[in-house]
Formats: sequence, C-alpha cells, structure tokens
Amino acid sequence: MAILDVKNLSISFGGLRAVDNFEIDILENELVGLIGPNGAGKTTIFNLLTGVYKPSEGEILLNGKSTLQKKPNEIVMLGSSRTFQNIRLFKSMSVLDNIRVAYHNHMKYSILSGVFKTRRFIEEEGKSKEVARKLLDVFGMADKENVLASNLPYGQQRKLEIARALATGPKLLLLDEPAAGMNPQETEELMHTIRFIKDNFKVSILLIEHDMKLVMGICERIVVVDYGKIIAKGSPDEIRKNPAVIKAYLGA
Amino acid sequence: MKKLKDMYISSKAFRTNLDKTIPILIFVITAFFVLNNLINTGAISRYVASIIVMIAVYIIMASSLNLATGFMGQLVLGHAGFMALGAYAAALVAIALKDVIASPVLLFLISAIAAMIVAAIAGLIVGTPALRLRGDYLGIMTLGFGEIVRVILTNLEITNGAQGLYGVPRIMSFPIAYFSMVAIVAFIALFMNSRHGRAMLSIREDEIASESVGINITKYKILGFMLASMFGGVGGAIYAFQIGYLSPSAFTFTKSVDIFVIVVLGGMGSLSGSIIAAIALTILPEALRDFESYRMLAYSALLILTMLFRPKGLMGTKEFEISFSGMEKVYLKVQNTLQKLVKRREV
Repeated sequence: MAILDVKNLSISFGGLRAVDNFEIDILENELVGLIGPNGAGKTTIFNLLTGVYKPSEGEILLNGKSTLQKKPNEIVMLGSSRTFQNIRLFKSMSVLDNIRVAYHNHMKYSILSGVFKTRRFIEEEGKSKEVARKLLDVFGMADKENVLASNLPYGQQRKLEIARALATGPKLLLLDEPAAGMNPQETEELMHTIRFIKDNFKVSILLIEHDMKLVMGICERIVVVDYGKIIAKGSPDEIRKNPAVIKAYLGA
Repeated sequence: MKKLKDMYISSKAFRTNLDKTIPILIFVITAFFVLNNLINTGAISRYVASIIVMIAVYIIMASSLNLATGFMGQLVLGHAGFMALGAYAAALVAIALKDVIASPVLLFLISAIAAMIVAAIAGLIVGTPALRLRGDYLGIMTLGFGEIVRVILTNLEITNGAQGLYGVPRIMSFPIAYFSMVAIVAFIALFMNSRHGRAMLSIREDEIASESVGINITKYKILGFMLASMFGGVGGAIYAFQIGYLSPSAFTFTKSVDIFVIVVLGGMGSLSGSIIAAIALTILPEALRDFESYRMLAYSALLILTMLFRPKGLMGTKEFEISFSGMEKVYLKVQNTLQKLVKRREV
C-alpha cells in the first residue's frame, strides 16, 4: 500500500505556478529522491505535503487519508514528519528536550496530572526519556543529552533534527537537504545513517538533495522537477542518462 | 517484573524530586514563619509589612507575565489590564458579599476565583486575535488592550468611574498573600516541567518547528495567555484587598511596563529571576525615598547598569536551585579548600 499518494498537485503564487501537476506515490519502506535545480519548487512541494501551504489543486493522501483540510500538527499525527533546509532546532533547549517535545503526542497525561506529578506523569515522562535516549544512541550522540542544541557542531545539529523528526513516530520522513553544508566525510556518514533509519524504523523516506553522490547512492527511485513540473522519473541509472535532466542541470 | 520496573522508575523519580523539593519546602515554610512572626510581634512596622504584601503582588504579576512572555515568547505589554480586571472583579464580589461571609480567607477565596474567571475570559478574548500577531505587533495589540480596559473601567457606573471604587474590604493579610504567591509560582514551575510546559517553550524557540513536530500551537498559545491573565487577575485581587481603594489610574501603561521590567530584569524564562527582581524593584523605590528628587534617576541608572552587566537579566533562563546533593557538593568543596589551606599552613 502506498504511504503517500499525491495526484495533480498544483499551487500558484499570484501568476507564478510554483508547482504544476506534481504527482508521486511512495510505497512502504521506500526511499525516493526529489531533485532539481535551484528554485525548481522542491521545498514548496515539501511545504504542500506538510500543510504549510494549501494547494490550489490536487489531492494528497497520507496513509490513505486526505491531508488537505488538516493543519501541519494534525498531518504529523497522521504519520509524516520533516526536517528543514535551514536547521530549525529548539536552540536554547537541551538535546534531550528537543526530542522529548516531538514525543509530546505519544504521552497521555492531563495538565493537572502534570502539575501534581502523578504516577501517570512519572511513567510517561520516564518513557519519553527512554525513547529520546534510544534515538540519541542511534545517532551516536548519547553523551550530548544535556548540551544545548545551539552548542552542537553543525553535523550533529542536522542529525538531531532527524532524530527529533523520528520521535514523532512517522511512517513517512521528509528530509529537506540533510547534507547541505556537510563535508564529504559527514555526507558519507549521513548516507549510512539514512540507510540505517530506513531499515530499522520501518519508514518511507522522501529526500531532497543536491549532493548527487548521496542521491544516486541510496535512492531507489528519483523524481526530477524543474520549473515546478516533473521532467523525469525512474531509477538512478535512468536519471543519470536522461537528456532532459542533463539539459536542466547543465543548460542546453 | 513489569511492576517492579515501574516501581523502580517512580521511586527513582521520587528520590530525585525529594532532593530538590524538600529544601525548597523548608525554605518556603521557614521564610513564612520568620516573616509572620516579625509582623505579628510588631518587630516590622505596618509600613514594611504592607511593602511585603506588595512584593507578593509583584511576584505574582511578574511570574504570570513570565509564563506568556518569558516561557512562551509572546510579548505582552498590557498585563496591568488583567490585573485591573482581577482587582475590580474581586473588589465588586467582596463588596457584595462582605456582610454575608465573615471569614476573610473564605471571602478572599471566593472573590479571587471570580477574579480568575474574569481575567481568564479576558485572556481568551485577547489570545484569540493575538494568534495572528507576533513580536512587536503583538506587543502593540496587548498595549491597546490594557488601555481599553482602563477606559472602560473609567466609564462604567458599577466601578464608580474615575472617582474610583471605595470601601473595598481590607481583608488582606500576610499569610493569604504569601500562600497565594507560593501556590501560583509553584503551579507555574511545576507546569513548565511537564509535556505541556515543554510545548510552550518550543513555541518560543521556533513556532514552525514546533508545529512540524505535532504541537498544537493554537491550543498552547491560548492556554498560555489564559493562564497568564488568570494569575494576573489574582495579583490584582490581592492588590485590591491590600489597598482598599481602586482607581483606573492605578492601572496605566506605566504599570504594565513596571511588571515587564521585572520580568526582563530577572531574566525571560526564569521564575527565580522574576522573584528576585520583584523583591529588588519593589524595595528599591521605597529605599530610595531619602534621595527625594534623585529617586527615579537612581532607579533608572540601576536598571541600566544591571542590563549592561547582565544583558540576559539577572538569572538568564536559569533557575536558582537548592538541593541536598547540591549542598553536599558545596560542603565537600568548602571542606576540601579548608583542608588544603590547613595543609599549606603546616608546610
């Protein structure tokens, strides 16, 4: 069954059709790449998928449910979660708390039981710490749990953002240029992490990336957009040879 | 097996809690008995006692404003408006009921609940349109709200307009003010240390990210505004019963700024900072009375100096903590240095 099924998705800002007739379907546990030159509309597509923008036309089905009438936080509860191109962490909160915020909706206790520190509160908070620590372990940041997020080195900030997105328990993970600003070594490491996440968390991943080595290396399918339109889709090998893609990237 | 694990988790949490809770409880109770005895035996003059009650009022006002502005990051410049609503609501209820209810504590509780309801409704009314605004714009809107409240209170008949409301029963006593303050500060501190509190902090840090991890920011913003205004209303109620006379001119924009200054000086997002700053900024103008016309000058100069040396406020976002384990550390440290000193002397 498709985790994400997008049909005929379009949005216009004034006269500019930023995304035109975009479609994609992502199966369970699949890793799909979304690439395209700068300004092609990739991040706009992410913003449409996560409910930040409302599409002018089209249909988005996440886990079989339409997300069109939903707010971003409700879409998260339907099972999708994202990271940002320019990192958006809760900077003056600790690494552990960054992840625990994302676990919010999995904890069930009322405001009063939070104030009076009932047994329920203690159990649920204990669970949230356990989950957060496990996630930090996966990213090799177990020793950083009390560090403020803003004091982390750049590469680890990227990782923390992915860990935070995973804490919401998503079926679909949307990664917006996770390798931006990373050196080749860090990118290589990130590649392994993404593969590890895919295998161990049973999530589907949609990945925006400019680093061709990363995209070609781990994606099973790739969709290429330019000027808001799909110009090619297929396996990494097909994309590499596709004349339309070469033209979009290198010019005629 | 699962039960054993549960018991282990809760007992561990319990122990770490006791480590911090018991010293605070001891401190709060000792402070109460010391101050209460000083006031009852007359060792402290009535003038000083009234200043102590006003400190409690400002601690309540500052920590409630801190909830909206410091923890949730929403600039509110009309907190005196909520204080005024709470003060008038409590005063009117108390005037109506003062012949029926003899016990001052009960009378205070009933009128404080009325104040909380009125102020919380006002918080809801302000909070809803405020969802669309951010930063300075929100500040201007809340500033406008504060002025609207003042103008309405000046023109209503039931509040006796600009002449002010006389005959408010002066039922305030130190224990009532003290324990109201303790209850409110404790509520805010405990609330912030829960998933709901963390959600509010995440709104301050980054609204878009907060929404993208599933936080319902609409719900938490409104909740934050309502809690802040509700507690602000209680502050107003204590003020009313202490002063015994209410005039709309007591709740001007300047009052909102006074409260805001306490929050900024103490540190946005630090309750202990709010408490320290509230104490300092209430005592300071009184202590400077001897300097007559230089009073406001000295007051402002001190503010500027503090902000120069502590730009993030006295406490930043940190909290002042006392715990047994912390005391043990200090004790060991002192012991260590003493031993070293002794050794050095022997050599």
